[in-house]
Amino acid sequence: MDLDPVFLSRLQFAFVVAFHILLPAFTIGLAAFIVVLEGLYLVKRDETYLRLSLFWLRIFAVSFGMGVVSGIVMPFQFGTNWSEFADATANVTAPLLAYEGLTAFFLEAGFLGIMLFGRKLVPQWAHFFASIMVASGTLLSAFWILAVNSWMQTPAGYELVDGRFFPADWLAVIFNPSFPYRFAHTVTAFMVTTGFVVVGVAAYYLRHGRHVTESRTMMSMTFWLLSLSVPLQLVIGDSHGLNTLAHQPVKISAMEGLWKTESRAPMVLFAIPDEAAETNRYEIAIPALASIYLTHDIDGVVQGLKAFPRADRPPVIPVFFAFRAMVGIGVLMLAVVAWSWWLRARKRLFDSRLFLVVCQAMIPLGFVAVIAGWIVTEVGRQPWVVYGLMRTSDAVSPSLTGSDVVMSLILYIAVYAVVFGAGLFYLVRLVRTGPPEAIEAHEPELGHRPARPLSAADAGG
Amino acid sequence: MQIDLVPIWTAILAVGVFMYVFLDGFDLGVGILFPFARDDASRTLMMNSVAPVWDGNETWLILGGAGLLAAFPLAFTIIIPALYFPILLMLLGLIFRGVAFEFRLKTTRGRHWWDRSFFWGSLIATFAQGMVLGTYIEGFQIAGRHFAGTSFDFFRPFSVMTGVGLIFGYGLLGATWLVLKTEGELQAWARSRARFFLIGVLAFIAVVSIWTPFLKPYIANRWFSWPNIAFLAPVPVVTGLIVLTLWQALRRDRDILPFVCALGLFAMCYLGLGVSVWPYVVPHTITLWDAASSPKSQAFLLIGTLFLLPIVLMYTGWSYFVFRGKVRSDVGYH
Repeated sequence: MDLDPVFLSRLQFAFVVAFHILLPAFTIGLAAFIVVLEGLYLVKRDETYLRLSLFWLRIFAVSFGMGVVSGIVMPFQFGTNWSEFADATANVTAPLLAYEGLTAFFLEAGFLGIMLFGRKLVPQWAHFFASIMVASGTLLSAFWILAVNSWMQTPAGYELVDGRFFPADWLAVIFNPSFPYRFAHTVTAFMVTTGFVVVGVAAYYLRHGRHVTESRTMMSMTFWLLSLSVPLQLVIGDSHGLNTLAHQPVKISAMEGLWKTESRAPMVLFAIPDEAAETNRYEIAIPALASIYLTHDIDGVVQGLKAFPRADRPPVIPVFFAFRAMVGIGVLMLAVVAWSWWLRARKRLFDSRLFLVVCQAMIPLGFVAVIAGWIVTEVGRQPWVVYGLMRTSDAVSPSLTGSDVVMSLILYIAVYAVVFGAGLFYLVRLVRTGPPEAIEAHEPELGHRPARPLSAADAGG
Repeated sequence: MQIDLVPIWTAILAVGVFMYVFLDGFDLGVGILFPFARDDASRTLMMNSVAPVWDGNETWLILGGAGLLAAFPLAFTIIIPALYFPILLMLLGLIFRGVAFEFRLKTTRGRHWWDRSFFWGSLIATFAQGMVLGTYIEGFQIAGRHFAGTSFDFFRPFSVMTGVGLIFGYGLLGATWLVLKTEGELQAWARSRARFFLIGVLAFIAVVSIWTPFLKPYIANRWFSWPNIAFLAPVPVVTGLIVLTLWQALRRDRDILPFVCALGLFAMCYLGLGVSVWPYVVPHTITLWDAASSPKSQAFLLIGTLFLLPIVLMYTGWSYFVFRGKVRSDVGYH
C-alpha cells in the first residue's frame, strides 16, 4: 500500500485542529460569561453570581488547560508537516502568529494564574481585571489566528516572488476580504456554543430540582444573550456566504451541491453528490431558491461545479453534508430561542419539562456546528493551501514519508483519546457536582486571610 | 536607509528561547523530581509551586517557535521537519504533563495515573528537548532550501547523550526552585536532590565540552585558536565559579542563591552554545542573515514586539510577585 504523506498530513492536521478548536469554541464564550458574572457580583453583591462564577471557573480551568496543550501542537505542525507552506508564506503569516503569542497567549497565561489561584491574594478589583484580561486574550487569539486563516482563504496585500509570498501592505494582509466575516461568524458561533452549554447545564439542574436559584439566573441571562446572538448569527452567516460567493465561488457550488451553471438555480435540500458522474443522486430540491438567496434575483445565474476544472474543485461530499449539518443546527437553535420567547412570555421558561429536556440535548450541538462549519470552509478551500496560488500538495515537508506520518498520527490519536476522554469525563463530573451551595463551607479560599483582612471579597462574602 | 534588523532579532530570539529553557526548565524539573518526593502532601505542594506559572512559562515556547518562523523562516523550515519525532515526543509529553495539573485534583482513585502522567510527560518532553539540542549542534543535511535527510537522522549517540544531560539540567533547576519555594523537610530533600543533579550536570558539561570540539573542527577552532582563547577563557572560568558558589549555597542553607546559581549555570552553557554556532542559525550552513525574513516582515513584528514584550515581562513579573514566598497548601480554587 502506498502511503501518501500529503493526505496523511492533512488528516493529521484536521485531527489535531478539530480537537483543538472545540476548546476555544468553549473557553472564548466562557471567559466572557465569567467576566459578566464577576462584574454582576461586583455591582449587585448577590452571592448567586459568585457561586456561578466559581462553578464555571472550575470548568474553565480544565477546558483551558486542554486548550493550551492542544494549542501548542498547532504552530509546530506548520514546520513538521507543512514546511514548504511555511517556507512560502512565513514572511506574511508568521508575524501574525507571533503577534498572537505576544498579545493573546501571554495575556491569557499571565493573568490566568491570578484568575484561578489569586482570588484571596489580590484585591477584588484586581481579580476582576485579571478575568477581563484573560477574556480579552482569548478574543485576541481568535483575531490573529483567523486573520491568518482568512489570508489563506482570500490572500491579499502580498507580492509573489519566485513562488514565495512577501508582504506589501500589512493592513490588507490582516483585513483581507474574508476576515471580517469569518471573525464575526466564528466568534458569534463560539458565544452561541457556550450559551447552549450554559442553558443545557441549567436545564439539567432544573429537571432534577437542584441549584434552582443559580440555574434560573443563568438560564434567563443566557437566553437573553442567545435571543440576540442566534438571529444575528444567521444574518452574519448569510453575509459570509455572499462573501465566499464573491471570492471562492467553487466552494459555494460544492456547499450547494450545484453541478450545472444556471439561472433559477435550485436549493438542494438533500442529495448524494456523485463526483465521478458530476451529478446528484436522490436529489430533493426547491427550484430557483438558491438564485434568490445567493444573487437576490430569481433569474440570477449561479455557477455550478462543472464550470471549474476538476483539478480545482474541492471534495464535494464533506463540504455538502457539513454545510447542511451546520445550517440545520442553526435553524434548530433559532427554533429553541423562539420557543424560549414564547415560554418566557407565559412565565413558564423554567417549568416546561419538554423544553428543559430539549435544552439539555442541545449541549453538544454547538460544537457539532463549529466542526461542520470548519469542514465547510477548510475542505471547501481545497485543493489549495493558499487559495488559487499554492496547492496543498506542494505544501508538505519534502523529507516526510507516509510511514512517518502514520506513526505520528497514531500517537496523536491515542494520546488525544486518553487526554480528551479523561477531560470530558472530569468536565461531566464537575457539572454533576454542581455549584457550591454555600461559599464559606466549600470555598476555603474566600475565608479571611489574616495578613490582609481588607480584600473586598472578604468584606462582601 | 535600511537598518539591519537581524542583530536585534537575534538578540530578541536568543532571550526568548533562553526564557523558555529557564522558565519551563524549572517546572519540567519539578515534574522530573515529582515521583521521588516522600509523600502525597509534598507532591501536592510541589505541583502548587508551579501551577500558577507553568502556562505562562510554556507560552515562551510558542513565542520561540513563532518568532523563529517570523524572523528566520528558513531556519524554521529546515530545522523543524528534521526534528519531526523529537518534536512530536515533546508535544505529547507536554500534553500529558499539562493536563495533569487539573486532572489530578479531579480524582482520588485515579490520581496516581495523573501523577505518572505528570512525571513521564515532563521526563519525555525534557529528553526530547535535549535531543533537539544535540541534533541541532550536530547539524542537518540540507539541499537548497530544504532539509534533505530522513525523519530518523536525529537518533544518534550525541543527541541521546544531550537528552539525558538536559534531564539532569532541568532536574537541577527544579530542585533549586523547590529550595526557593518550600520549607522544612521538603526543602532539605530538594537540597540533597539538587546536589545529586548538580554532579550529573557537571559530568555532562564535561562530556559535551570535550565531545563538541571533536565533533566539528570549526567549533574547536572557534574556542582554541588565538586570540579567541583569551576572550573566551572567562566562559569556563565563570562557569567554574558558579558551580563552586552553588555547591556552597546548597550546603549553607541558602534559599535563593542556589536557584540564581542554577540560572547562571544555564546562562553560561547557553552562552557557550552561542559562541560555538555564531553566526549560523542552522549550524555551519545557514547564517542568521541567510535565514532572515524580509526586512518588511521583521520591521512589522519588531514595532509591536518592542512595545509588547516589556508589558508582557511586567505582568508576568506581577504574577510571580503575587505568588511570591513559600508555597502554601491552601491557595487554590479547588
